[in-house]
Amino acid sequence: MKEIICIVCPNGCHLITDGADRIEGYKCERGLDYAKAEMTNPTRVLTSTIRVVGGIHRRCSVKTDRPISKVLLMEAMERVNSLEVAAPVECGHVLIKNIMGTEANLVTTREVAGI
Amino acid sequence: MYDLIVIGGGPAGLAAAQAAYEEGLRKILVVERDGELGGILNQCIHNGFGLHYFKEELTGPEYALRFIRMVEKTRIEFKTDTMVLDVQPDCTVSMISKEEGYQVCEARSIVLAMGCRERARGAIVLPGARLAGIFTAGTAQRYVNIEGHMVGHRVVILGSGDIGLIMARRMTLEGAKVLACVEIMPYSGGLTRNIVQCLHDNDIPLYLSHTIVDIKGKNRVEQVTVAKVDDFKKPVTGTEFTIDCDTLLLSVGLIPENELTRKAGIPVDERTRGAYVFDNMETLTPGIFACGNVLHVHDLVDYVTLEGQRAGRAAAVYVKGDQKTENLRMMTLKAGKEVTYTVPQYIRVSGSADESAPVFFRVGRGILKGAVVVQAEDEKIATFNREHMSPGEMERVALPMKLLSRARVAEISVSVEDTSELLK
Ligand SMILES: Cc1cc2nc3c(=O)[nH]c(=O)nc-3n(C[C@H](O)[C@H](O)[C@H](O)COP(=O)(O)OP(=O)(O)OC[C@H]3O[C@@H](n4cnc5c(N)ncnc54)[C@H](O)[C@@H]3O)c2cc1C
Ligand code: SF4
Repeated sequence: MKEIICIVCPNGCHLITDGADRIEGYKCERGLDYAKAEMTNPTRVLTSTIRVVGGIHRRCSVKTDRPISKVLLMEAMERVNSLEVAAPVECGHVLIKNIMGTEANLVTTREVAGI
Repeated sequence: MYDLIVIGGGPAGLAAAQAAYEEGLRKILVVERDGELGGILNQCIHNGFGLHYFKEELTGPEYALRFIRMVEKTRIEFKTDTMVLDVQPDCTVSMISKEEGYQVCEARSIVLAMGCRERARGAIVLPGARLAGIFTAGTAQRYVNIEGHMVGHRVVILGSGDIGLIMARRMTLEGAKVLACVEIMPYSGGLTRNIVQCLHDNDIPLYLSHTIVDIKGKNRVEQVTVAKVDDFKKPVTGTEFTIDCDTLLLSVGLIPENELTRKAGIPVDERTRGAYVFDNMETLTPGIFACGNVLHVHDLVDYVTLEGQRAGRAAAVYVKGDQKTENLRMMTLKAGKEVTYTVPQYIRVSGSADESAPVFFRVGRGILKGAVVVQAEDEKIATFNREHMSPGEMERVALPMKLLSRARVAEISVSVEDTSELLK
C-alpha cells in the first residue's frame, strides 16, 4: 500500500494504491490519471522566468504548456536560462516548440510592455 | 462623485469592479498603488490558479491577465501608481500619486481590497544577529521573479507557509540548495500540494515542531541553529543542530492590510484581522464592503474572485438603493468547537428560497474525517461531511437561507466534530 497525494488541484486528495491496478480515494478522473502517471512517469509543469531587454521589467514569466517528465526539469531550466526576449512581450508567445523533444512548448505567461 | 471606489487592483478588487459594472454601475474607480494591475498574482509565476473558477490550471500572471482584459473592455476608470491614504466612513477617499498629486474623491460606496502583507522578522521575535541575507519569502519572490536578482545559494526557510514552499522549489530550480524548511507547529501551514510539489519533489527536509534559536554571521548570515520545541513551543535544550547557509527566508504568515480600515473606524475582528462583515461582504459601516486577503487570508485565488464578485454586486445593490436590510433578521455566526473563525460573522436572513450564504472558516488542528455542524441552540440545522481538514486550508460551506429562516434564534454556531476518532 502506497499513498500518493494528488496535486492536480488544490484539494490534494490522498490516494491509496497497491502499486498495481487498485487506486482509491480520488475525487475525480484527473486524480486517477495523475496517480497512474505518478507510478510510471511523473511529470510536472515547469514555470520560470527569462530575461527581457527594453521592458518595464527585467524578467518575463514562462511555463511549459503541458507537464514534462520530472527528470527533464533541470535540463530544461538550462534551455530556459539561455533565452532572452525583447519587449514588448505578448502573453502566450511560443519561445521553444517541443522543448527537450517533448510535446510541450515553452510559452510566456505575461505581457511585458516596452519602455 | 463616483458610484464606487475600489481600493486595490488585485484579483479581489478587479472582480468587485467587474461585478459592480455588470450590475449597472458606470462611475467606478479602481485605485492601485503598484504600477500595474493584478496584485500579488504577478509575482506568483507558478501554476495552480483557477482550477475552480476557470476549470483549467493557470499561472498567477495568466489568471490576473484574464481579469485585466475583462475590465479593460469596460468603462471602469483606473489609477495606478496611486496610493490611498485615507478612507472616511462617508465614503470619501484621499489618495496621492506622482502624476496627480494629492486628491480627494467622493463615492457612494467603497470596496476595500488591499490584500495582505507578510509578517516580518519583528512580528515573530527572531533571536540572533541582525544580518544581511534575511528576507521574507514574498520579497525574495519579487526579487527573483520580477526584478531578476538571485537572493542566495544555500537557503533555509523558516515557516512552512505557501510562499516559503513555493520559493523552496523556485530557488532549487534556479540552482540554489535549499537545506531545510523549519516549522514551529506540528503541522505545515501550507497547502498539501505545495508540500508535495515543492519539498518532497526536491528532497527538502521539513522539520515540524522545530524553530530557529540562533543566527550567526559577520555581515551576512553564515549559520543558523535549529532546535526542537515542546508542546508549549519552547525550544528543548540538547536538541540543537546547526546548518551552514547564506540566506534565510521567512514564511511566517500574512497579515491583512487594514490600517485604512481601522483609521476609518470600521470594526475589525481580531481573529481574522479583517473587518467584521455580513454575508453580502458589507462591513459594519454601511456602504463599505471588503473582500479578498484584506478580509481574511485566502489560500485559493478562486475564492478571492468569488468573494470580490459578491462584494461588487452588493455595492451595486446598495448604490441603486435596492438594499432592503431593515426588514431582514440578523444572525450572528459563532465559531464553535475546532473552528478558529468564520467569515462572514453576520448573516441577514432573507426569505428567498434559492439563495444561500457562503461561509468560510478554518479549523484549529488537522482533522482526518469530520462533520461540519451548524447549530441553532441545541438543534443541528445542517451537517456537512469533510475529509482532510487542516489549519492551512480554508473550508467553505453554503448555508441555504431557507434553513436559516427556520431557525428562530439570533445566534448560530459552526463547529466541527472529529468523526475519525469515532471510527477507531
Ligand atoms: C506567494 C503566494 C502564492 C500563492 N499561491 C496560490 C496558488 O497556488 N493558487 C491559488 O489559487 N492561490 C494562491 N495564492 C493566493 C492568492 O494569490 C491570493 O489569495 C490573492 O492574490 C489575493 O488577492 P487580493 O486581491 O485580495 O490581494 P492582492 O493580490 O494582494 O492585491 C491587493 C492590491 O491592493 C493594493 N493596495 C494595497 N493597499 C493599497 C493602498 N493603500 N492604495 C492603493 N492600492 C493598495 C496592492 O498594491 C495590491 O495590488 C498565493 C498567494 C501568494 C502570496
Ligand atoms: S483527485 Fe481530483 S479533486 Fe482530488 S486532488 Fe486530484 S484533481 Fe483534485
